[in-house]
Amino acid sequence: MSITASRVEPSIAGVGDYIELMKPRVMSLVVFTALVGLSIAPGHLHPVIALTALICIAVGAGAAGALNMWYDADIDARMTRTAARPIPAGRLLPGEALAFGLTLAVFSVVVLGLLVNIVAAALLAVTIGFYVLVYTMWLKRTTPQNIVIGGAAGALPPLIGWAAATGSVAIEPFVLFLVIFFWTPPHFWALSLYRSEDYARAGVPMLPVVAGITETRRQILLYSFILAPLGAAPWFLGYAGPLYGVVAVVAGCALVALALRVWTERHDHAAGKQMFGFSILYLFLLFAMLLVDRTAPALFSHFTA
Amino acid sequence: MTMSAVMNDEKPEPGIKLTERQQRARRARSIAIAVSLGVLVILFYIVTLVKGPAVLVRPL
Repeated sequence: MSITASRVEPSIAGVGDYIELMKPRVMSLVVFTALVGLSIAPGHLHPVIALTALICIAVGAGAAGALNMWYDADIDARMTRTAARPIPAGRLLPGEALAFGLTLAVFSVVVLGLLVNIVAAALLAVTIGFYVLVYTMWLKRTTPQNIVIGGAAGALPPLIGWAAATGSVAIEPFVLFLVIFFWTPPHFWALSLYRSEDYARAGVPMLPVVAGITETRRQILLYSFILAPLGAAPWFLGYAGPLYGVVAVVAGCALVALALRVWTERHDHAAGKQMFGFSILYLFLLFAMLLVDRTAPALFSHFTA
Repeated sequence: MTMSAVMNDEKPEPGIKLTERQQRARRARSIAIAVSLGVLVILFYIVTLVKGPAVLVRPL
């Protein structure tokens, strides 16, 4: 962190800048995966409590995003993709982002603990702490394994959702944790394949910068081989139906095929871009199918009763 | 013109004068904070109704 306050005038930051600080797109993915964790959990959770849990998880994710942008403002300023973010663009002071992030973090954890349960609140606190302290402040600037280990923070929301519903954790959401955990590296490495100059300029030791493009392509392929069967695991383990199984197997095969294309076609970035785009669709499909698988029978019986 | 009148003329207006843009931004932030606090109050109220006396029970 080397960005310092260069102006002392009153803030011009609008509400939109604070919303941008919370990384709304990441937030939406976090909320979606938490919702799936919550909906596959056994038992019944009152819709108001479920909504409360999701709001707290969303705000907690926003807090982590804000604290990440506070700490990484110097890196963001040097990267084309992130230079227009509120702090490097000068619309928000780092101190404002820090205060905002800390306030949201404390509120989200405390409210989740008070209104839902303490296990879910503790997991949310661990997620925020891991993302900010372990990934952002430590791993991101020191090792090409940054997104591998740091990916654990992004993989925790299904566990938080499950914990919000049950007050405990179990193997089912842990498998979803593993799916997101093994999805994160090929997803971000596919992006970094065609953004490696940006990362190099910012001094972030992403795999293509440190180990080269060839090694990154090999790692994408390896992780895709692990991810494809793991994606189908909820079906093998019996807590997702055949519809999920078919989608997971077909999408897993497509993912591996794209990873093979990334491995073989080394002349341009088209395969990397396709891999990045498809990886988002892949994760969305898996979790959407789990949601459909769990909620469709209940809705069907409700309307036919 | 008396000495005191001259001194009054030279005295700058106390405090920081916000520009139009800063005023608009501050007003928007204030409204957002008020709405957030309102949502929090309503959330606590509804959850208390939903949970009843169990609102204080938080088993690990």
